[in-house]
Formats: sequence, structure tokens, C-alpha cells
Amino acid sequence: MSTRLAKHGRLIDRSKQVSFTFNGTSMQGYEGDTLASALLANDQMMMGRSFKYHRPRGVVASGAEEPNALVGLGEGNRLEPNQRATTTELFNGLTSVSQNHWPNLEFDIGAINKHLSRFLPAGFYYKMFIHPKPFWKHVYEPFIRQSAGLGKAPDKDSRDADTYEHFYAFTDVLVIGGGVAGLQAAKAAAQSGAKVMLIEQTAHWGGRAPVDGGTVGGEPVDKFVEQLVSEIETMGNVTMRNRCMGAGVYDHGYVLGYERLTDHKPGTQGPRHRLWRIRAKQVVTATGAIERPLSFAGNDVPGVMLASAMRDYVVNWGVTPGERVIVATNNDDAYRTAITLKQAGVDVLRVVDARASAGPLAEEARQLGIRVDPGKAIAKVKGGKRVKKVAICNQEGIGGAREEIECDAVAMSGGWSPVVHMWSHCGGKLIWDDANAHFRPDPSRPPLGADGEGFVLAAGSSNGPLALGDVLKDADAAGKAAAKAAGFTAKRTKAPVGETTAEAPMAAVWLMPSNAEIDLRMKSWLDFQNDVKVSDVQLAAREGYESVEHTKRYTTLGMATDQGKLSNINGLAILADALDSEIPKVGTTTFRPPYTPISMASIGGEARGEVFQPIRQTPMHNWHDKNGADWEPVGQWRRTYAYVRPGESVHDAVNREVKNTRENLGVLDASTLGKLIVKGPDAGKFLDMMYTNMMSTLKIGKCRYGLMCSENGFLIDDGVVARIDDDTWLCHTTTGGAERIHGHMEEWLQTEWWDWKVYVANVTEQYAQVAVVGPNARKVLEKLGGMDLSKETLPFMEWRDGKIGAFDARAYRISFSGELSYEIAVPASQGQAFWDALMEAGKEFGVMPYGTECLHILRAEKGFIMIGDETDGTVIPQDLGLHWALSKKKEDYLGKRAHSRSHMADPERWKLVGLETVDGSVLPDGAYAVGEGVNANGQRNMIGRVTSTYYSANLGKGIAMGLIKHGPDRMGEIVEFPGTDGKIYKAKIVDPIFYDKDGEKQNV
Amino acid sequence: MSEPISALNHASYDGIAKVEECGLQGMITLRGDLSDKVLAKVVKDATGQKVPGQREALVNGDTGVCWMSTDELLVLVPYAEVEAKLAAMTNALSGTHALAVNVSDARAVIRVSGSSAREVLGKVAPVDFAVDAFQSGQIRRSRLAQVAGAFWMDDAETFRVVCFRSTADYVFKLLKIAAQPGGEVGVY
Repeated sequence: MSTRLAKHGRLIDRSKQVSFTFNGTSMQGYEGDTLASALLANDQMMMGRSFKYHRPRGVVASGAEEPNALVGLGEGNRLEPNQRATTTELFNGLTSVSQNHWPNLEFDIGAINKHLSRFLPAGFYYKMFIHPKPFWKHVYEPFIRQSAGLGKAPDKDSRDADTYEHFYAFTDVLVIGGGVAGLQAAKAAAQSGAKVMLIEQTAHWGGRAPVDGGTVGGEPVDKFVEQLVSEIETMGNVTMRNRCMGAGVYDHGYVLGYERLTDHKPGTQGPRHRLWRIRAKQVVTATGAIERPLSFAGNDVPGVMLASAMRDYVVNWGVTPGERVIVATNNDDAYRTAITLKQAGVDVLRVVDARASAGPLAEEARQLGIRVDPGKAIAKVKGGKRVKKVAICNQEGIGGAREEIECDAVAMSGGWSPVVHMWSHCGGKLIWDDANAHFRPDPSRPPLGADGEGFVLAAGSSNGPLALGDVLKDADAAGKAAAKAAGFTAKRTKAPVGETTAEAPMAAVWLMPSNAEIDLRMKSWLDFQNDVKVSDVQLAAREGYESVEHTKRYTTLGMATDQGKLSNINGLAILADALDSEIPKVGTTTFRPPYTPISMASIGGEARGEVFQPIRQTPMHNWHDKNGADWEPVGQWRRTYAYVRPGESVHDAVNREVKNTRENLGVLDASTLGKLIVKGPDAGKFLDMMYTNMMSTLKIGKCRYGLMCSENGFLIDDGVVARIDDDTWLCHTTTGGAERIHGHMEEWLQTEWWDWKVYVANVTEQYAQVAVVGPNARKVLEKLGGMDLSKETLPFMEWRDGKIGAFDARAYRISFSGELSYEIAVPASQGQAFWDALMEAGKEFGVMPYGTECLHILRAEKGFIMIGDETDGTVIPQDLGLHWALSKKKEDYLGKRAHSRSHMADPERWKLVGLETVDGSVLPDGAYAVGEGVNANGQRNMIGRVTSTYYSANLGKGIAMGLIKHGPDRMGEIVEFPGTDGKIYKAKIVDPIFYDKDGEKQNV
Repeated sequence: MSEPISALNHASYDGIAKVEECGLQGMITLRGDLSDKVLAKVVKDATGQKVPGQREALVNGDTGVCWMSTDELLVLVPYAEVEAKLAAMTNALSGTHALAVNVSDARAVIRVSGSSAREVLGKVAPVDFAVDAFQSGQIRRSRLAQVAGAFWMDDAETFRVVCFRSTADYVFKLLKIAAQPGGEVGVY
């Protein structure tokens, strides 16, 4: 059984008991435990089930690389699936549940899959789900959806209880990893005076050095770590963060750090996760190395574990995963586990070493009374939910002549792979190291920065060296080199001297035994989480998969949530062997950020709830909100769609507003419309280029409606332009167009006509602008008093500055409704007061505020086009019958040349017309008009589409506009529009002006 | 004239930093040739300051001038004086190609102060707020999470943040979240 030892456990505080639950069972651990170590201490060896075969799985590692021990953590608003027990710090009240089983962990119906494994080979998904075709929708897809995913998603009504944030940090040197290498590199870099940031994913400094042992300068390594940490802490130029993982390295020295602030104490004040967005001149990756599993049959049975992990559990948390342990290895390092276990009082039955001979550590083990079997291998581990027996055979051979030994845990070590992820994220290349049988960073091909020089350096065991002395030397040099590359002068100091027991060379062992027969290979796991075995990769190779990237996707090797941290190298070694190729030729799959999964919420940062998106508000926003506004997003603005009164539907409200504005008085908050000041001696010339019609000739005090096209001739904006003085114009844009058109103008001024004397300023928000519309518009303004707004003094399409009531105002006599209409601009800070004054004075004239839907209906009744409805980026003015706005006098304007292209001048283009259903109903928005015949795909030929469609309360029927092929020549014809509801709508082509064709109402 | 009201009407919040809307501030966007002598005199007359260099903010209370780009300045004057100052400016610039326009009502100004003020800003703006990198006398036009913003420091622990009026509510809420209790980062 796995149990807590009486001694050991450098990270736990035995005086502080912690209670937690696993699958509803109450358990005890200590402060400093991880969930994994606490579960092991409670003899909970089985922690979950695998994805495909639902095999029982126990913890195999002790850190970020863990593929098996994934749990659903927390409850309700704090439930999170797929959390690694090995990186979850234990806290009082922690609740956890195992995953991927039904009805429970011990008895799982899905485990029947393992008996079907013969029928679930590599590429099963691709082979099975192709035929017959109709099965996909009704059989396969529901089945796949049912079995997809490991953990349970949170309930759809739950909401994350925590907050998250980003933080922007800037540093000369960033060191990722706070083991001995990272600490030493940080110190060496900081001694130059460079600003250094050091981040470590766990809660502890020193990495695995205190577990692995050795001395530095004669002192035990854990003392060295302590001294180093306190030394760095006192340096003013180093920022140290633990519980902060380097998640990804990107171009231009951009690195993401994922800090888990309150995961170990949920509910405390402050953000839960902080995403550090770091800009570093140089990055040092000191991310250590990860031990590889050995591929033997039954290597996935709970109780089989990485040798280093087993050592961690004993030394760090005082937990032994078994009482009678067998160690299997191809290198000397695993002997440290055997020695540690033995010294902790655990029975180490045997070290099975695939090599013929081992180094001094083996001798040390023998002297402790541990039996060492050279040249031997594990043929098979027996047991279901935990290890029962191990069959031992010769490493050379197919796995016959087995000796069976009863035991309850197996420690395996297949050698060490440097964690090259951070090096590789941004393009750092790798080389194959034959001696250690691993890929390590190629220092001659680092990730390159904007200057063409490398900006990432690897240090310590993530760079290849594994022995303490080499690690320290390498890290010291990397720290100094990083400081130098960041523009500092490194201090001439000597690297600390580390010493450990010398090790004999390891041997590359990719399969145990070397020629294992098929029934063993079918039980030798490569990827524990996704259930990929040695036989699967070999099958893929036989089926023609040569690229490691293709094999990965075909077999799902390394595609689980651990991204193949344990399985990748073993998998590609098997593939190389099956292809009769060399490992470096096969290569690795791509290392992509993040290093381990980070919370989606940390990526969003503060952007959730009320600041999920900016909502731009006009000065009268709160008034609208209190007066029944049904909101509509327009760009980032919120505009009132309609003011809904108690007892009304939104549709009722719109109809009421439409009628009242035509019959009495409506007011609209038009503050969102863009207002650009264009000034300078060349402003007129400039605007003549910007607009299709002539603006330079506009008289001071007058307004003109203008169209803007892109250089490709397509309509991009429209609005009323006012001439303010000799060299100043004010251009109104659409609500969504203010920033875009401002940018458009600046671009042309800065890149093309840089020598023209023109300045542009965006003054959109300086003004609250209110449209006062309807037969009583003049009456209400005259009641407020002030400037003369009579027809004679302020005719249609002119503007004047003056006073209205107590307000400094600019009055524009313009109309987008066809009614008598003024747009009044006042300073934004007085906008609400002006609105209040209008509402008060307007009472006797039947004033009602109206929203954007009413605005749309009024303009559609008049046949006015709307940018974004009648235009979609493919529409030109000619399509909309706006030839009158295309100046023939001007030599040039943006879009002019494009309009003469053959396709633009094509008479077959769809053209704007009005549409009226034969029964008065409302046409569906966006519906297509169909013509005779079918196209090459058997679809009906299309001859047009609806661009705007409304119910007009004034006219008592549906009205619409649309673009129809030869439309203006087909007046009176009936066109068919099939709806998505299966009905066919019939509409007559008519003039787009439905109301007051002669414009008498606006001109009073 | 009706009583002008600023976007947030002096809303305030106390967290790890104090966040408060400052009320109305007179602001004039001045575009022109920054090396022009007439322009320099106009700036001097309006604010008592010289033309600022790149990313420089020469501000004293509610009067001053900030560099916005190679051809744009932000002139700060008391709100009540903005029309008079603008008229004087426009008059003095009559023979010069320049643009001076009142943008006081198009903006909101929020003060962020306290020992964690640098960190609060560091959560929403991609700017190095280390003492040796950002001090009073400097201005940055940057972004505040998802919207545009500019800021300068009045003293070692006080920022003035300028945003568009329409986004004042968003920016205030954003800074409130960034200043929530327990949100200290511990780097500045």
C-alpha cells in the first residue's frame, strides 16, 4: 500500500493537518502536501481512468508533466475539471472527484473498451466513422460527443466566482525556472546590474536539487539553495515570483507568465490568477528536465511511477507509494530512488537494470543490501487497479523465461529529456544528444529577435547537462551571457562548484525487453492519458505514416492535456525504429504554448462582467436607461432601439414613435454620429478627394450630403458636411464610422498627400447632438427661445451658431426623416440639461424620444440609404441610384477611377429599388430574390436581395428596399423571395420613396 | 449657460489606490508645426509653458501642455477659461497653418493615487511604470485595456488619466477592478 512515512517530508508541516475529500470520502493530509501526495498518503493509488479504454490510472509523476492524476476540483462556481493533482496544493476543505468513469471510479462500465482494444487500434476514429455516411449524424456524432472530454464541464448556470488580471512587466533578463540553474543564472545576470525577473511554477525554490542531493562548495545543495535565495532576495534588481509558470515565449521577447495567486487558498481577497505579459530583452530558460517512462507491458498499472517522482514523494512529502518496490532503469540516476527508498525503510526488492553494468551508485545500493540485476528487464506488470506482480526477463530477447516477483510498486526511469518547450516556442532548434539519448537546444540556432540575434538562452539541465556541477557552470554562463546580450557587463565571478556521485553512461532503451512480442507491445503504453501504445505507433508506421506530425494526429500520441511531456520522445523513438530511420531524422512534433494549460479566465483577464467590453455612452445614456431604452449595440456605442413604456412590446413602442414623430414631435439622441473638423488652406481640395461630390464650393453656413468611397470605388461612409469658415469644414460620419473615417483621412494625409496643409481633429464627443423632428420641431425650439430658426433665416441644408434657451448651440437644418428637422449640437457636459429642457418644453407639442429603429423606418419611408444596410463593402453609389452625388466636374476623387472598371460599369449589377409585398406583410431581412433556372450547383439562380425591411406604421404595411438585377427597369413586376421559414414571399418592385415623394414636409 | 456636468460627476473609489474623477478640465487640441515660433508663443501665453518635447508633460494643476504627437499638443487650461483662451489662440494663429479646437467636453479625467497607483495602471496599460522608466513630467498615449487613454504623473504616487468621455464609465470600472483589495502586485 502507499502510505505516509514516519520521517521525511521536507515540504510538509506535520503540525498542521488539512482535511479534504476525494469522491466524497473525507481524508487528511498536511499543509505543504500536493493533492497527489495527500491521496497517496491515504492509500488512494488509483486516481482516474484513461480516456479511450477507461483503464485504471494512478499518479505517475510528481509535477507539471503528470498525465493521469486529473481531477475535477472544487464545486459550483469554483468547479474546474482536469486539474492535475500533482500541481494542486492541498488546502483545508478541498473537494475533488475523479473523472472519466461511470458509475464510479472502482466500477466503470466504459472499462469494457479495454476488452475491445483489439478493435480500437490506431486510427480507429478515421477507419470507423467514415462509412456508412448517414451513420455520422445519428450514430457516430452522438457517440463521440458522449465520450469526448475527460472532466465534466461546469454547470451552465454557474459563474466563475473569482477575478483575474493581466500585468505588464518589463525586464532586461527573464529567467524561467527557479531551480538551482535558474537561481544561479538569475544571480549571475543580476550581478551585472541588469534588471532581472525570475519565475518559478511551483511554490518552492531550488527545483529537484534538494531531492537529488549533492554538494556545492562542500555544503549540502539544499543549504546552497537557501543561501542563494536569500542572497537574490536582497538584490534590489531582481523580481522573484513563485507559483508563476512561464507559459509561452513569443516574438520580440514577449513572454507570458501564469501566476496562480489564490489557488492554494481559494476565496481570499484579490485576483485568483494573474497573467504576466512580460517584455524581456533576453530570456533564460532554466526549465529543467523530465524523466521518461520505460515502455514495458503494464507500465500504466497504478503503482508504476517515474523513479524521480517516487523519490520526490518520499523526500518532499514523506510518502511512499509502495512497501515492496522494484526499480527498473537504463541509467544510474534511478539508483538514487532505490537508495532513498531503502534509507526510508521501504523494501526495495530489486533494481532491474537494462544495462550490463552500472556506476558507483549501483555499488552504493548493493552495499545497502539491494539486489541489482544487470541486463534484465520488466516483461510485464500484473495487476488491475494496482501493481501485484512483476515478471522479469532478459532485456535482450522477446520477453520469455520470466521470473515473477510480488510487489506493490514499480519505479521506472528511461533517462531524462530536457524541457525544451520555452526554447522551441519561438523557433529555437534542437540537436540530438546520443550520449544522453535526448534532444537538447542547439545553441547555434536559437530563437531570433528583431535584430537577427538570439534572444533565448537555455541553462542547466534544460540545456542538456544533468550533473549538478555541470548544471551550475552552464547556468552561471547563461546568466552572464544574457546580461551581456542585454547590454550589461557581467561580473567576473567563478561559478559555484557542485559535486555529485559520478554516473556511468545510460543506454537508450525504447522498449523493454528489446524485442518484446506483440502481446507485450500491445500493453506497453506510450501516452497514458490518450491510451497510445507501442503497437499503435508501429501500426501507424506500417500503414504508411512517416511524418511524426501525421503519426501524432493519427494515433493521438501526445495530443492529450499533458501534450506528450512523457510520451513524445518514447513515441518518436518507436516510430524511428519502425521506419528504420534515425531519431533526429524523424524529429519532434511542434512545441506550442502554453507549457501546461492555463485558465481561460486568465487570458480574458479583467475583461468579464461589466467590463467585458467597453460600452460607449452618450451624455444622455442614463436618461435613456431610466426611460425604457431597449438597447442596440452600434459599434461600441449603445443606442436606444426604442423607448418601451410599461405594457408595451418593443414593436408597439417603435410604431408609436414612428407615428408620433411624423404627426407631432420626436427627439433623437444623435450624439454618436462622428464629427470631424478638417482645417487648412488645402482642406477644400482634400475633401474633394475624400468625397465623391464637390465640397470645396460649399458656401459658409451651408450643408451638403456627401458620399465617401474607398479607392476601389465601394461606398464606405456618408454624412452631412458643413462649411464652418474659409478653411474649416465639419464632416459628419456614421456612428460606427467616426474613428475609421478619421483614420482613413489621416492615412491619406500622412502617406499620400503629406505636403497638403490640412489638419483633422475628431470632435465627435465634444458635442451632445439632438435631432428635433416633426411638424412641431420649430415650435418647441422657438419656445425655448434664442436664435432665429425661421425658414427664412435658417433654410433647409444650412446651419447657424447661436443660443437656444440657456445653451450655446449649433443648429443644423438637416433631415434624415423627411420631416421638418433640426439637429442641435450643444457641449456634451450640458447635453442632459438640454435634453431635459426639450422634454419639458415639448410636452405641449406631444414630444416623445425615439430610437434607432424609428430612425430607420422614417428614413426607409423616404428611400434614404443606410451605410451597412444598403451597402456591405461591395456596393457602389451607382448601384443605389446616387449618380447625382458623383461629381462630373472634378478631375479626381477616391473611387473615381475604380468606377470606370468594366465590372463596376456592368449594367447587370443589382440596383436599388423599393419592394412592396403583395399582401402588405413584411419581407424577411436579407432574403434573396430568385430568378429562372438553376446554377451549376443545382441551386436556384439569384437575382437580388433585400437590404432593408420594416413595418411602416405610417403607411400600415411592410416596406422594403433591395438590390435587384435590372431593378429600376422592372417597376411593377413581382419578384419571389423564398424565406428560411419555407414560405415564398412575393413583392412588387416599386420606387424606393414611399412617403412624401416631393419632399414638402421637410421644407416648411 | 447651463451648469456643465462631467461624465462621472466626481465618482470615486478607494481600493489599493484611490480612483476619482477629477471633474471638468479645459482642453484644447492644438495641431501645427511644433517648431513654429508663433505656436510656441501661443502655448506660452495660454499656459506659461514652453513647447514640450517628445512624451513630455508640463503640467501644473489644471494648466499645462502635453506632447501628443509630432504635430499635436494637448493644452490644459481651467475649464471656465477655455473659450477665452481658445479665442486668443485662434486669433494669434490666424496667419499660421494650425488647428486649435476645444475638446474639453470630449474627455474625462480620472485621478489614480496612492502607493500602488503604478501597479494599478500596470494592469491595464502596456507601459513600463518602473520609477526609472516613468516619472512626472512624462506623458504616454497608450491604451487602458480595450480603449485609448493617456496619462501623466502629478507626483510620485499620483496619475492623471485622460480618456474619451464616452468610455469614462468603462475606464472607471476598469480601474476599480484593478485597484480591488488584495490586488497588490508588489513590484513597483
